[in-house]
Amino acid sequence: MSGHTTYQPKNAFMQWLERRLPIAGLAYSSFVVYPTPRNLNYWWTFGGILAFMLGVQIVTGVVLAMHYTPHVDYAFNSVEQIMRDVNYGWLLRYLHANGASMFFLAAYIHMFRGMYYGSYKEPREVLWILGVILLLLMIITGFMGYVLPWGQMSFWAATVITNLFSAIPLVGEPIVTWLWGGYAVGNPTLNRFYALHYLLPFVIAGVVVLHLWALHVVGQNNPDGIEPQNEYDTVAFTPYATIKDTFLLAVFCVLFAWFVFYIPNFLGHPDNYIPANPGVTPTHIVPEWYYLPFYAILRAIPNKLLGVTALAASIFVLMFLPWLDTSKVRSAKYRPLYRQFFWVFVVVCIGLGWLGSKPPEGNYVLFARIFTVYYFAYFLIILPVLGRVEKTKPLPNSIATAVLGEGVAIGAAAPPPHRA
Amino acid sequence: MSSTEPSRRDFLFIATGVAAAVGTAGALWPLVAQMNPDASTIAAGAPIEVDLAPIAEGQVIKVFWRSKPIFINHRTKKQIEEAQNVDVAKLPDPQPDSARVKPGHEQWQVLIAICTHLGCIPLADQGPYDGYFCPCHGSVYDTSGRIRQGPAPLNLALPTYEFLSDTKIRIG
Repeated sequence: MSGHTTYQPKNAFMQWLERRLPIAGLAYSSFVVYPTPRNLNYWWTFGGILAFMLGVQIVTGVVLAMHYTPHVDYAFNSVEQIMRDVNYGWLLRYLHANGASMFFLAAYIHMFRGMYYGSYKEPREVLWILGVILLLLMIITGFMGYVLPWGQMSFWAATVITNLFSAIPLVGEPIVTWLWGGYAVGNPTLNRFYALHYLLPFVIAGVVVLHLWALHVVGQNNPDGIEPQNEYDTVAFTPYATIKDTFLLAVFCVLFAWFVFYIPNFLGHPDNYIPANPGVTPTHIVPEWYYLPFYAILRAIPNKLLGVTALAASIFVLMFLPWLDTSKVRSAKYRPLYRQFFWVFVVVCIGLGWLGSKPPEGNYVLFARIFTVYYFAYFLIILPVLGRVEKTKPLPNSIATAVLGEGVAIGAAAPPPHRA
Repeated sequence: MSSTEPSRRDFLFIATGVAAAVGTAGALWPLVAQMNPDASTIAAGAPIEVDLAPIAEGQVIKVFWRSKPIFINHRTKKQIEEAQNVDVAKLPDPQPDSARVKPGHEQWQVLIAICTHLGCIPLADQGPYDGYFCPCHGSVYDTSGRIRQGPAPLNLALPTYEFLSDTKIRIG
């Protein structure tokens, strides 16, 4: 791709460093002159927001770890001590707990954007799969973090989720005992979850590096889903993308701050302020909101092994999306039928989330089943068939013509964008 | 020497590879095995004795063995009849009530109070079968602890136990 200029520092020390470790040059070519499609909209800013949220979670998490005690007798009280006694402890914990929700919110928007604009299609399959791996790591990390306060929801979430593995024939029970380090969820479980909850965010950071690497090899997709051909189709990352990312990040932080400062417990469960009691299960246990669609799928199926299989399949099916969608046209902008199925899919996902929060009875189960069928049919039937039968709209010749219109003589009416 | 014949070098190559694989597996094993219950956890799982005399008819008590909650249910005559008068063949996990209690001690039902679906503790004396009901995902068990409705695949498990006398049992 065009646009890469050689980084030539004027400062003598930077020249010296560049000959030995070209790190400033790497940053310059990745975040300053890196060419981004000129038609990117605000849905493309969530990658930056996700990077920011990962940073927030790691910084607040490391600080919280300095005050937390991973022991069944002290964990709950140490969290309360953070809330009441530690300087700004309430702020750090609310940032961390609500930060997880914001992190998932941004991740889901980022994924729906990728699905709407066909960002997973050739040559971005590996980029997409790395993203699904990141989601999986986030799910595991978030679950383990939720166990640490050792409230009633923590304990029973740990019990229910680890018991998912007991559905595996033959080796299920030994695996669950192995995960627990005992005959039930207990101190060994809490200890290892704490160790892994601290480790996994750094694994996530590592996979993010791979995700960015893959992104910089294939380049960004864009709302028109056509590859940039020349310099008229792209603009420099800085200032164009940088300022756009920064603006929406600021808006996103307003939402984040609203949760942290005004309704910090809105997304949590009151039961988790009751210390863990291995003898009593809360009457209505539900996971955090970001797991609810998957939870609804689990409960929709009245068979343990099939339910757990469907739960796992609902995430793993995403890995095969690049090959399940057979259409050569990427963007839903030029796929009138796909666009409708996509929005139904979004409604179904949100609907499953709502149903997951309801008790498993009556019409709730019925709708959860209908929505579960649509969820899988979307990937396994609709997308493969649609790509073969759908009549797509004509694609524009280039990103520049899509933005500026056919009639405009490029270079005359629209001067080439400024390059840093 | 023909090039298709295995040479001494091929043998050494494969032997070295096998030794490296076995060595790596041996080095990894402690890292995997450390996750299993440790010696103190296993030692704490020794059998316990429970005195049944204070448990009134119709009462359910909960004891813990190996961190697992165990219900001891002093069943009423009505509950015993309900458990026995069931067409066993129609149950999801067919098992007669006689196989789930000790002979001569039909009023005492001892079972592991962990829902076989995803491990919640069911509530006693609840649900349409007058037995146990799991609030998490709606599994219903009868007065014998057999699964009747909902997503759980199996009957509530029975711990190993024996009667030391008419009013005393040892679990484990």
